[in-house]
Amino acid sequence: MDSLVTDLAILVLAGFVGYAVISKVPNTLHTPLMSGTNAIHGIVILGGLLLMSESSGVLEKVLLVIAVAFGTINVVGGFLVTDRMLGMFKAKPDSARAESGGESAGADSPADGSSKGPPS
Amino acid sequence: MTGLATVFFQTLDFIDAAYIVAFGLMIYGMSGLTGPRTAVRGNQIAAVGMAVAVIATLLRKGEFDGSGTVILIIVGLAIGTAVGVPAARNVKMTAMPQMVALFNGVGGGAVALIAWVEYRHHFGSDWPLRAEGFELFGAIVGSISFWGSGVAFAKLQEILPGRPIKLPGQALINAALLVIAIVSAVILASGTHSQLLFIVGILLVSALLGLLLVLPIGGADMPVVISLLNALTGVSAAATGLALSNPVMIVAGMIVGASGTILTDQMAKAMNRSVPSIIAGGFGGAVAAPTGGAGESGGTVRSTSPSDVAIQLSYARQVVIAPGYGMAVAQAQHAVRELERALEAKGVTVKYAIHPVAGRMPGHMNVLLAEADVPYDLLREMDDINPEFSRTDVTLVIGANDVTNPAAKNEPGSPIYGMPILEVDRSGSVIVLKRSMASGFAGIDNPLFYEPKTAMLFGDAKTSVSEVTAEVKAL
Repeated sequence: MDSLVTDLAILVLAGFVGYAVISKVPNTLHTPLMSGTNAIHGIVILGGLLLMSESSGVLEKVLLVIAVAFGTINVVGGFLVTDRMLGMFKAKPDSARAESGGESAGADSPADGSSKGPPS
Repeated sequence: MTGLATVFFQTLDFIDAAYIVAFGLMIYGMSGLTGPRTAVRGNQIAAVGMAVAVIATLLRKGEFDGSGTVILIIVGLAIGTAVGVPAARNVKMTAMPQMVALFNGVGGGAVALIAWVEYRHHFGSDWPLRAEGFELFGAIVGSISFWGSGVAFAKLQEILPGRPIKLPGQALINAALLVIAIVSAVILASGTHSQLLFIVGILLVSALLGLLLVLPIGGADMPVVISLLNALTGVSAAATGLALSNPVMIVAGMIVGASGTILTDQMAKAMNRSVPSIIAGGFGGAVAAPTGGAGESGGTVRSTSPSDVAIQLSYARQVVIAPGYGMAVAQAQHAVRELERALEAKGVTVKYAIHPVAGRMPGHMNVLLAEADVPYDLLREMDDINPEFSRTDVTLVIGANDVTNPAAKNEPGSPIYGMPILEVDRSGSVIVLKRSMASGFAGIDNPLFYEPKTAMLFGDAKTSVSEVTAEVKAL
C-alpha cells in the first residue's frame, strides 16, 4: 500500500504547519488556543461515524455511540467555550479615552468603546 | 437531475475534496488565533471546517446502510450536544482548566473506543499491519489521555487532593506498565487474535498508566500536564486517521499534537524544569490550599490594613498587579478590575504582570482578567514587565507565590532556583495579598514576605481587594 507513504507525508507536513502556525500565538491567547485545538482533535468523531455502518453486534454499536457522543462533546463544547472566551478579550478603547480626555474617562466604564453594550 | 447530484456528492473524489477544504479552513482558522482581534473569527472558521468534515463524511455512499445506523448516529450526536453545549455555556471562567481537561479526556476516550471497535471488527480477518499498528498506538495513547485527563479534572475540581500523590517506586511501575502495553501491542500485531489481551493488555494497562502519570503531579505543574495531555490526544487522533487513511483526521490530529507539544515545552521552560522531571512528580511539598494562620520561621512579616494599602496605591505613579492562582480561587478578578479603575481615576498607571505559568493552565490569568473586562493590552508578559519593576512604586501580589519568589534568583540551593520569576522585589514597595502564611505549592518559603519593603494583607483576596477599592474611592 503506497497510500501509507502519502499519509505519512501528510502527517509530517501537518506537523510542520501546526508548528509554524501555533508558535506565533501570544501568551495572552494560550487558553483559547488550548481549548480551540481541543475542539479540533474532536475530529476523531469522523472515525465513529465511518465505522457505524460497518459495525455489528450490540457491543460495537454501544461503543460507537459513546465514541460519537464523546467526539461531539469534544467538538461542540470546545468550539463554543473558545468562542465565549475569545468574546471577552477586548482592546483598550484608546481612541475613546483620548477623545473624552481627562481623568474622568478612566473612572466610568468606557461605554463608547464597546458598541455591543455593557458587559454582563 | 437530483439523482445525478446525489451520485456526484457521494463520489469519493468529492468527499476527499471536501476534506481538503475542511482542513484548509481549520488551518486558516487556527492562524487567526495569533491575535486577539482575529481570534473570534478564526475559531468560527475552524468550526466551519469541522462541520464540513462531518457533513462530507455523512454524505458518503453507504454511510447510512445497515440497520438503524442513522438513528444511532443521531443518538450519539444528540447526547454529545446535550452534554457539551450547556457545559460550555455555563462553565465559570475560573473552572476553565477542568473544562479543558474534560473536553480533552473525552477526545482521548473516543480514540480508544474507536480503536476497540476497529479491533473487534477486523477480528479474524486479515487486517493490514499498518492499520492495526496505528490503531493499537491510538488505543494506548487515547486511553492514557482519557484517564490522565480524568485525574487532572478531579484534581482541579478538588475531588482529589491537589498535592502530589506518589507510590513508592512509581517510576519503575510506570515503566513496567508502558512495557506491558507495548509488548501486548506487538503480540497482537504479530497475528494473535485475543480480545482479552486487547482489553487487559492495551486498554486497562494504559488506563492505569494514565492514572499513575497524573496522580503524582502537583497543582502548579498542571499547565504542563494539561498541554501534554492535549498533545497526546492530538497524536492519537492522527494515528486513528492513519489507520483509517483519512487525511482530515491526520492533519487535524497532527496540528493539535504540534501545538500541544509547543505549549508543553513553553510551560516547562517557564518553570525551568524538564518535562520528564515534572512527569516524575512534584517537589513532594505542601499543599497550595490554605491551612490555618500559623506563621513560619525565618523572619518577621509586616502586616498592613486596607486603608494603608489604599493610601500607598493612590499616591503611586505606577502600580503593577501580579495575580496568581489565589486570585482565581477567590474569584477576585472583578474586584481587581474595580480597583484598577478606581486607581486610574486618580491618575495612577496600572499594569498587570502575567507569569506564563500563573494559574492552572497556560494563559489562565489572561482569560480571568478578560472576563472582568480588563483590556488585554494592560496585561504584560514576564519579559516585558520585569524591566519596569524598578520604575514601579507599588506592586500588588494577589494570590501568587512561587512565581514571585526571589529565591529562584538568589538561592542556588532552592528547589525552584533558576525558574524565571516576576521580579516584584525590585519595585519600590510590595503588598502581598494572601489568605495566610501557608507556603505555595512547592512548599518553599518565600523570602519576599520578610523583606522590609513588603507588607502583607491577610484575608480572602476578593474581600481584601474590595475593601481597598472602597478606601481608594473614599480618599
